[in-house]
Amino acid sequence: MKRWMKILGMAFLCVWATPTAFGQEDLLKLAQADDTLQTDKVTATFKTTRLINGHSVETNGAGTLLFLISHRFGTLNSGAYNFWGLDQSTIRLALEYGVTDRFTLGVGRSSLEKTFDGFLKYKLLQQQTNGFPVTVTAFTSAALKTLEWPDEEKAYVFAHRLTYAYQLLIARKFSERFSLQVAPTMVHRNLVETGFGEPNVYAVGAGGRFKLSKRTSFNAEYFYLLEGASDQFENSLSLGFDIETGGHVFQLMFTNSQGMIEKFFIPRNAGGWSSGDIYFGFNISRVFNLGKDKRDW
Amino acid sequence: MRKCFVVLGVALLGFLAPAIGQTKLYTRTGYISFFSKAPLEDIEAHNKQVVSFLDVKTGDMVFSVPMKAFQFKKSLMQEHFNENYVESDKYPKATFKGKVVNMQAVNLAQDNVYKVRIEGVLTIHGVDRPVRTDGTLDVKGKQVTGKSTFSVTPQEFNIEIPFLVREHIAKRIDITVNVLYVPYVEKSL
Repeated sequence: MKRWMKILGMAFLCVWATPTAFGQEDLLKLAQADDTLQTDKVTATFKTTRLINGHSVETNGAGTLLFLISHRFGTLNSGAYNFWGLDQSTIRLALEYGVTDRFTLGVGRSSLEKTFDGFLKYKLLQQQTNGFPVTVTAFTSAALKTLEWPDEEKAYVFAHRLTYAYQLLIARKFSERFSLQVAPTMVHRNLVETGFGEPNVYAVGAGGRFKLSKRTSFNAEYFYLLEGASDQFENSLSLGFDIETGGHVFQLMFTNSQGMIEKFFIPRNAGGWSSGDIYFGFNISRVFNLGKDKRDW
Repeated sequence: MRKCFVVLGVALLGFLAPAIGQTKLYTRTGYISFFSKAPLEDIEAHNKQVVSFLDVKTGDMVFSVPMKAFQFKKSLMQEHFNENYVESDKYPKATFKGKVVNMQAVNLAQDNVYKVRIEGVLTIHGVDRPVRTDGTLDVKGKQVTGKSTFSVTPQEFNIEIPFLVREHIAKRIDITVNVLYVPYVEKSL
């Protein structure tokens, strides 16, 4: 009996003593379970606002101004005389401003057909860990061609200079390294310059990135033209490489698209990869912070 | 035989004690900020979603800090902090596991500002480092405000800074902690 009591007593003592022995571990477990950040935003699906030619789901943060220089050389198959394309160039200069963290507007000017463009971009939904699976951004742009008409006698009106693009960008960051994007797109042309084809061009874009290191990634992008427009033009295929260095992102790419806005790189590609109509090019972006510090700590 | 009953009685009392006298204080909205002064620009971030516990009986003190909750002035800086430096997807939380060494010097029954010494292990970016710092516990009724400052270096925690931006990031980073503890009420399941 005595012995039995002693054992029971010891057992109770043991039970009593354990909580202090595991104090810090237990407390930390409690603390981590109590985290208020169960679901949080998935950010940095892509390095910058472009995948390669097309827009990515990324928008600029509030008060951030992004200066984007895009440059494409001539085609690789243009021969030694043209130094395999390096003699020629088309360029687009653009400014993009983040009005809020979700809403970005931008303006640009392309040397190709002396085109001005403006766009609006709004992040509708953001991917969350343990929550919504994708980020969705709506994009719309208008482009104004200012190149003089080749034939002044024809009855052109101002509206003929305008082209519109509408895009829904849907992307998912599958892992820290791997992100995919799908982009149903419509381009509306007020004037179909070639004389054949529909004013509305429908396409589906798909692309992704694979990070090679923390600051570099390999990107691919493809725009598949849906029936109607694909008869005369090639689908756009681009392969690129991103390098990020703090405030700059450098993007190097090979693409069969010459232009750098939707009206050019979706329905206007004359040549494909098989024929060597490949343009080498780069985008350089730099961010500036203009917004005053409005955050409340 | 009587001895045995005493042992049993003491054991039972001990078993019941935690249920009667709650010794844990906690917060879910603790504040931690860090600041580094560099030639090109100062880097500053604030986090108001820090969870911390303090056991006033043992002096045990723990912190759990969600890294993505650090807010920067520049959104790109915040993105790079999470993506390139602390790798928040891989290491979502920084933790501290330690002790207020001189807890017996703190009289919770008397409102006062008590100087305390804190020792423990700080884990950032998956790397454990011992930390020793001074702080204060400000007792006001049932609430206790804990404050401390200390410095770390990115190298200590294997946070790699590329050569190109080395000039932009200071060697030392000052960390400020400010938490308001309230008595912890265990959630009934």
